[in-house]
Amino acid sequence: MRLLYFAWLRERLGRAEEEIALPSSVRTVGELMAWLGKREVPGGALFGESGVIRAAVNQELAGPETRLSEGDEVAFFPPMTGG
Amino acid sequence: MRERVVVRIGTVDFDPGAEFRLLCERTGGAGGIGSFVGIVRGEAGGRAITAMTLEHYPAMTERAVRAIAEEAQRRWGLLGVTVVHRVGRLVPGEQIVLVMAAAAHRAPALAATSFLIDWLKTKAPFWKKEHFADGTAAWVAAEAADEAAAARWR
Repeated sequence: MRLLYFAWLRERLGRAEEEIALPSSVRTVGELMAWLGKREVPGGALFGESGVIRAAVNQELAGPETRLSEGDEVAFFPPMTGG
Repeated sequence: MRERVVVRIGTVDFDPGAEFRLLCERTGGAGGIGSFVGIVRGEAGGRAITAMTLEHYPAMTERAVRAIAEEAQRRWGLLGVTVVHRVGRLVPGEQIVLVMAAAAHRAPALAATSFLIDWLKTKAPFWKKEHFADGTAAWVAAEAADEAAAARWR
């Protein structure tokens, strides 16, 4: 699974993207965030802070209940500030 | 075939007058066109800004912006919508975003213009970073007021 990061989340994690093997226990966006939050990487704890990080699955905005499949592109980012 | 919705994302500047004339040509019979142009401010919280960087999610941006424009078109029965949003590095005074909504009457044109900019601020994958005169930079925080402005259109 391809993960993408944007804005300050990208800076805090020190990378714009990565490939992961989706653990079989992870079926939703919320479960993926919980799993990512437990990794001991710089900025990893940000995933555990509820409400801070937004997600998109295959370029569509997604919620914690959104289901995941192995080939998905999942993006994480702060609240958007366009316009 | 006249396109109802025109969306453009890119680094290049735009000419609001030229976009206005193009929208007029696409929407013969419109009774009014509402428009908004966003411009980079020279200060934030009392600090001078030297530049702003707009990051986006290239694979998603155009689709997300088009979905917002099509939502506006449906809700207000617009005759035409144009959205141009810039990305990359911009300096104070530069144009960031243009939205225009053409309708039969002023009320839907003005309401749709407000809706478009409110939703672009909170539902399209753009992130602003401000660069200050002292060399520091900070990501713009999402404002509760912007969320509230977007929420009133639900």
